[in-house]
This record gives sequence, C-alpha cells and structure tokens, in this order.
Amino acid sequence: MSADQSAHQESHEVVVHDRGAAIVQSDAFENPGLPPHRPRQTDLHPEKADRAERTVVWWFIASMLGAVIAIAAYIMVPIEQGDMASVRFNNLFLGLGIALSLLGIGLGGMHWARQLMSDHELVEERHLTRGSEPNRTRAVEIFKLGDEESGFSRRSLIRNTLIGAVALMPLPAVVLFRDLAPAGNAVDVLTHTMWKAGSRLALDPSGTPIKADDVTIGSAFHVIPAELAEMTHDEGYLDQKALASVLLVRLPLDRLNEQPDRAGWSYDGIVAYSKICTHVGCPVALYEQQTHHLLCPCHQSTFDVTNHAKVVFGPAKRPLPQLPITVDDEGYLVAQHDFTEPIGPSFFERLHYVDEEKHIPLSSAETETRA
Amino acid sequence: MTTATPQRPTLTSKASNYLDERTSISTMVSMLGRKIFPDHWSFMLGEVALYSFVVILLSGTFLTFFFEPSMAEVHYEGSYVPLKGIEMSAAYASALDISFDIRGGLLMRQIHHWAALLFVAAIGLHMLRVFFTGAFRKPRELNWVIGFILFILAMAEGFTGYSLPDDLLSGNGLAIINGMIKGIPIVGTWISYLLFGGHFPGHDIVPRLFVLHIMLLPAILIVMIGLHMVLMVVNKHTQFAGPGRTNDNVVGVPVMPMFAAKAGSFFFIVFGVIALISATFTINPIWNYGPYDPSPVSAGTQPDWYIGFADGALRLAPGLESEILGLTLSWNILLPMAVLGLFIVLVMFYPFIEAWITGDKREHHIAERPRNNPTRTAIGAAGVWFYAIMWAAASSDLIATHFHLNVFQVTWALQAMLVLGPFLVFWLTKRIAIGLQKKDREILLHGYESGNIRRLPGGAYIEVHEPVGEYESWRLKSFEAYEPVMVRPNEQGRITAGVRARAALTRWFFEDRIAPVTRGELEAAKHDDH
Repeated sequence: MSADQSAHQESHEVVVHDRGAAIVQSDAFENPGLPPHRPRQTDLHPEKADRAERTVVWWFIASMLGAVIAIAAYIMVPIEQGDMASVRFNNLFLGLGIALSLLGIGLGGMHWARQLMSDHELVEERHLTRGSEPNRTRAVEIFKLGDEESGFSRRSLIRNTLIGAVALMPLPAVVLFRDLAPAGNAVDVLTHTMWKAGSRLALDPSGTPIKADDVTIGSAFHVIPAELAEMTHDEGYLDQKALASVLLVRLPLDRLNEQPDRAGWSYDGIVAYSKICTHVGCPVALYEQQTHHLLCPCHQSTFDVTNHAKVVFGPAKRPLPQLPITVDDEGYLVAQHDFTEPIGPSFFERLHYVDEEKHIPLSSAETETRA
Repeated sequence: MTTATPQRPTLTSKASNYLDERTSISTMVSMLGRKIFPDHWSFMLGEVALYSFVVILLSGTFLTFFFEPSMAEVHYEGSYVPLKGIEMSAAYASALDISFDIRGGLLMRQIHHWAALLFVAAIGLHMLRVFFTGAFRKPRELNWVIGFILFILAMAEGFTGYSLPDDLLSGNGLAIINGMIKGIPIVGTWISYLLFGGHFPGHDIVPRLFVLHIMLLPAILIVMIGLHMVLMVVNKHTQFAGPGRTNDNVVGVPVMPMFAAKAGSFFFIVFGVIALISATFTINPIWNYGPYDPSPVSAGTQPDWYIGFADGALRLAPGLESEILGLTLSWNILLPMAVLGLFIVLVMFYPFIEAWITGDKREHHIAERPRNNPTRTAIGAAGVWFYAIMWAAASSDLIATHFHLNVFQVTWALQAMLVLGPFLVFWLTKRIAIGLQKKDREILLHGYESGNIRRLPGGAYIEVHEPVGEYESWRLKSFEAYEPVMVRPNEQGRITAGVRARAALTRWFFEDRIAPVTRGELEAAKHDDH
C-alpha cells in the first residue's frame, strides 16, 4: 500500500473553492467507511478455485480451437465463383471461428479476473487537479523569464508583425483549394440540362424513344433524353442524368388542371416533370395512380401532377419544374426546349438563372396547396 | 519482492533492465501500475466505444488493401451474377469483390460496419451516463468537450465511410448532402461545386471522402482519444457514492493485475461479439441496391441509425423558402440546420452553463444518482426526447406503412411531439426524480417494507418496517444539496443583469428540492415510530 501512495507524497495545499449554490449540510451523517471485504466462494473453497481455474483453461483451449476452425474454414469452405451459398458459408464459419478464438480469450480472462485474482478494494487519495503551489509559481516564473529573455512584450513591433505574419500565412492554403473544381462558374453546372429542342424522350435506362400513343392513361414513365443513353459513365452519364431525369405521366384530360398559358407545354394529357426533388434533390420516383401524386421517398414531399406538380405536403416549397413537350413528325415525344428554370434543390442565386424569355411562372395559388 | 539473496538474473529481468536503462519505463510503471480504477457497470460503456474503435481500425486496414477508391467506369465481371456486365464505378465493383470474391472480405466488411454502428452507439450511451451522473462537472468539463468532438467525428467517419461503396443508397445520401449544401446562402453553390469537383456526382467525391475517411478523420480521432485518456488518468475516474467512497479518494481495483485483466478480456469480448454478429447477420447488403444512379430510388430508404436525427429534422421542417431581392433563402434547409446546430452547441457547452448557474467552483468526483439532481435529469430527458423524435422522424414513412397510418398525419404528430414533448418530458422527469428522492427519504426515516405483516392485539394489521443498514443507507443519504441564491449587490453596490439571471436560473434549478436526511431528522423519526 505504501508503494501505491509513494508517488503522491507531494505536499498539498489547502485551497478553498467557492461553493456557489451548494449548501453546507450541518448535522449530516458520517461516511461509515469501507465495509468489510466479502470473500468469494473461490476464496473460501480451494476446490471451487480449482474448478474456476479449469473453466479458464477450457476457455483458452476453446480459443485455440476457434483459431484453427477459422483457418480450416478459410481453406475448406472456399468461395465458388457465382455460388452465393458458398459466400454465406465462408462468412459464417470463418466468422464463428474468429469469434470463438476472441471470445475464448475474453471470457477466460474475465473469469480468471473475477474468480481468482485478488478482489480486495484499494483506496487511493485524490488531490486537487491543479499543480502544486511551487510548480504553479515556477510555471509563472518560467513564462516571465521567457518573456524577458525574448523581449516578447517589450519589443511589441516584433510581436505584432509576427501575429500578422502567422495570420496571413494560412491564406494561400484557402486559395489552393479553388482547383478542386474546374475553372468556371459554380452555378453553370446546375442550370442547363441535356434537353434541347427536338430531344426525344426515351425510356430510362434503355434509351428507347417513346411514342405519344404508347403512353397509356395512368402510367408513369421514367425518362431520359435519347442522347443520354449513348453516353458512358466516364463521359459524364451520371452527371447529366442527375440533371435531366424526367417523369412522364398521361392524365385523363378532365383531371388535368392546367394554367391556360402553360397548356402548350403538355401534349394530349401527357405531362413531363423533372424527377429531381426541389427540396434536397432526391428522385421523386413514387407515383400514386389514384391521386396522381408524386411522392419523394426521402423526405415525403408530395407533388400534385394534375396541378403542375404543385406541393401538397412536405418540406419542399416549389413545384417540380415542367419540361415543355410535343411530338415530332414520327409521333415520338420530344422536348420543346430545355427546362426554363434550374431543376433540383433551391440555391441562393437560383432566380437569376430562370429563363426570362421562355419561363411561364405559375400563379401563386398554383405553387402549393398544403393538405 | 525484495528478496536479498543474489540470484542469476532471469531473461525477463535482463530484458526489463535493458528497456528501463533506455526508456525509464519503471517510472511509468511505478506511477500507473497500481493506479486505482473504480468499478461500475456503466463505466464499461466508454470502454466499448474504445474497443470497437480498435476493431474498426483493424478491419478498416484490411479493407483498404482491396478497396479501390475510384469512380472510373468498369463493367462488373465478378461472381455476383445479377450485376454481371453492368456499368459501375470501380469503387462499387471493388466493394462487391470484397464481398464475393475475397475470402473473409464480406466478414471484414460486416465487422467494420457493425463495429462502426456499435462505436457510435457506445459513445452515445457513454455520454448519457456522463451527463445524467454529472460526471462532466469540474474538473472534467474539457474532457466532456473532447468527448463530444469525438462523437461528432464518429458520425463524420460513419457518413464518409457509408458513402464510399458508391451504391444506390450511399449515392442518394450524397445527393441529399449536396442539396443541403446548396441551401446555404452565398457560398452553398460554390461549396457543392468544389466538393464534387464540378457536376454532381462527378468523379471526385469517392476518392476525396476516402482520404478523409482513412487518413484525416482517423488521425484527429486518435489524437482526441489520446487526450481523452490522458485527462481521464489525470482527473482520475469518478465513482458512485458508497461506504468508504468520498470526494477525496478513489476506491477500486489496481491496474495490475485486476483492471488490466478485466479491460483486456473485455476488449476480446467486444471484438468477439462483433465477429459473432458479423458472422450471422448481414449489414448493408450493397449488392441488393445496385450501383449509384441518380434516377431510381426505393421506398423506405434510410440512413444508418446515427444520421437519422439529421434526416428526421429535414423531414419535419416546414416547407418554407423566401425570395428576397432575387435571392433565395431555403428555410426548409436552414431551419433544421440551425436547430441541430443549436442543439449541438447546447449539449457541448452544458457543463459550463451548469457551472455558471450553480457557481460551484469545487471539484466533483462523486457521480451523482440522476434523481438527486432532478432539474439536470429533466433537461437531459427532454434533450433525449427531442433527439429521439427527430430520429424517429427519419422512419416516418416506415412507421406509416407498418402501422397503416397516413404518412402526413404521422409527420404532423411528430412535429407536435418535437415542439411540445420536451416540456412535458421535462416536467414529468422532474416529478419522477423528486418522487424517487422522497421514497429514499421515506426508506431512511421509516425503514423499508419488510413484507412482514403483523396483527395487533386490537385486530389491526401493520407491516413491519425495518431500518436500512448503515452501509446500504449511505448511498441514499449522501448527496450534494443546493439552494437558489439570493440577488445580492456586488462590490460596487450594484445588481447586474448577470446576477439577476443567475439567481433566476438557480431558482429554476433548485426551487423544488428534497434535502438529504440529517441525523436529527432520523432521531426524531425514531421517536415518532415508537
């Protein structure tokens, strides 16, 4: 015990800290002190200690066995090309072997500690966390010496220019990060999609162009520009798809409730809307046939396709942008031109990138009607 | 071991001597070797976090040997038939190869993922233990802050790691992050542009997150864990009140051998349990989701559990945006971000707030029972409720489909519970805590119900109450008591706003309180009983 405490033989001063709102309890009880040690069964009966020892040894042997099982499983339960069951068995037996080898050590060691090692509780004194008074004095002295010997306070011009230099020094690092993205304007990559006048609406992902006649009432098509299907990933297939994805729906004409000046954007009850949610940009991929609602599975924003995809519920604020469509000579659905406003989530400068010429704004009653 | 008989030096003693003459290791052993650690089941939670981190490092290193952090296009030719020939990123293809073509690869992936889930969970529970027992009080405020930073880093590690396989779900998560970033005024579009290297998803995000995930974040984590441990050793561990345990001592077992044996064994148990789970339960079956594509998405998508609270906050936010002077402010994103930010700041700085209110400058080494600080416990419970509702909201659609409810109504109900619930939970928790304190008092003053029913000569029945033993009762009667402070003028004779605010807050904290039983009360109670 004395060895345990020898490290804490420094003199400790009496420091009285403010108690604040804590009250001094007069007439409080005295701490009764440590209760007598209660021996364990293994302390009292040598045969029980022996049994505990055997248990520990068996766990350690089990651990060795586990390691062997794991190696055996690695070799004897190989993965056969294309056979999922072999993957599952490899995972299972290798994992069980490793788990046994780990748990054997853990449980054996724990049993050893709890049953056989001395469990007498020891007491160690605490001292205030602050350094001892001589150390504190010495620390202050050292800083004073450092200040005097360097002239840090006295030569204030040196100090101030140093602070200035250290403040400016990291700035080049900030500039260095500009080329994380190519030169150009950040907003430009958000504001144009692949859709242009005459782009055929094609099925996602096959790229088969869609004829207006093929779109039956109540069906929803996941659509990309036909040109996109030709692109490879390395050419930016996913980047363009993230901008140009469209959902196409044919509604019964009596259900379609169009603003008159936008009537030219649909074709015979077929409407196309950007599939990228105006909230944070998940694909709004769930179409409810009965209500003609589009539901975003990420945050439940809900858009009403019969009313220009206006918001009926959820954290989104704006309707989904509409893609103006028509048909070409062969009867295929084509875009009239690109979206007239940026698709996807709102951003600070968004309004500057609305195509003033072609955009037909919705009346405020048309943008949201919340449930 | 101070036998004087000269002996031939053993190999161990020669090796020890060799080492000590070059490192002075004996100094450290003599300082720390018999250091005392108090024991309580709840002190194990931090250990679980530490050990699962080690498991994450080990399994993660294995994975880096095989994972290819690249978004270059490949055509999958591995052994998972349903995806054969499909175009995907090299990252996703290599994650599939790890799962299906490398023996033990799937096991390591699952160990890594399960250990990560356990890591965050253990940190969360450890923080709750520290909060509800007041173990963050002086001198441990700074270690609370470090621990909290570790919690944030763990979530950042989780999110960056989750995004690496470039499967449909993780790409969708990145799309959400991208949308949130774009909602930040002025710089949002630029941050998104730089982060993704131009277009979303682009070709840069996976290698960039990879570097953060395996280098920068783990390095900071390890440094912070080191600091956390050093401060724990310097401050010594807290202990619960008990006979012989005071604010001025530590009662427990020494590092050598008992604590080291228990902690070392516990590491293997944690590792073993993670391996057992990983051998038997699938986690994140990326092969089911397919490679990332911005167009498809499946219903019921959810992030890993620890990101749920942030996703839920987005779901519960009102659909508000304003357009001022041609500029867009997305309140539907800024509001939840601000609420989460405020929540985080409040939790992180809570020790300083409470220290200022109580004005108590003493060191506290006794972990309080939650009931003995009813207001703090109630604040914590309200915070847990707030977090839990946001977390539940991340599953609002699944709640709706599983219980056949309307998802709109589920959302409204959760919104109401988020705003009103904390007040109710605060009040209820405080009442329960005070009720428990009253029960402790009752037991101390009038004894516990022995279950022994006696019939009195007059025919009445009574239950005999037995006094609690001296050792058992100490836990019930030893706790710190506080009172509201009076508004008093300072040295200049003025009453500042700060003094008034503090007095009001101490009233809020300590107005309703139960004082510890005193000896006088116990004497009086004995006389009453007879």
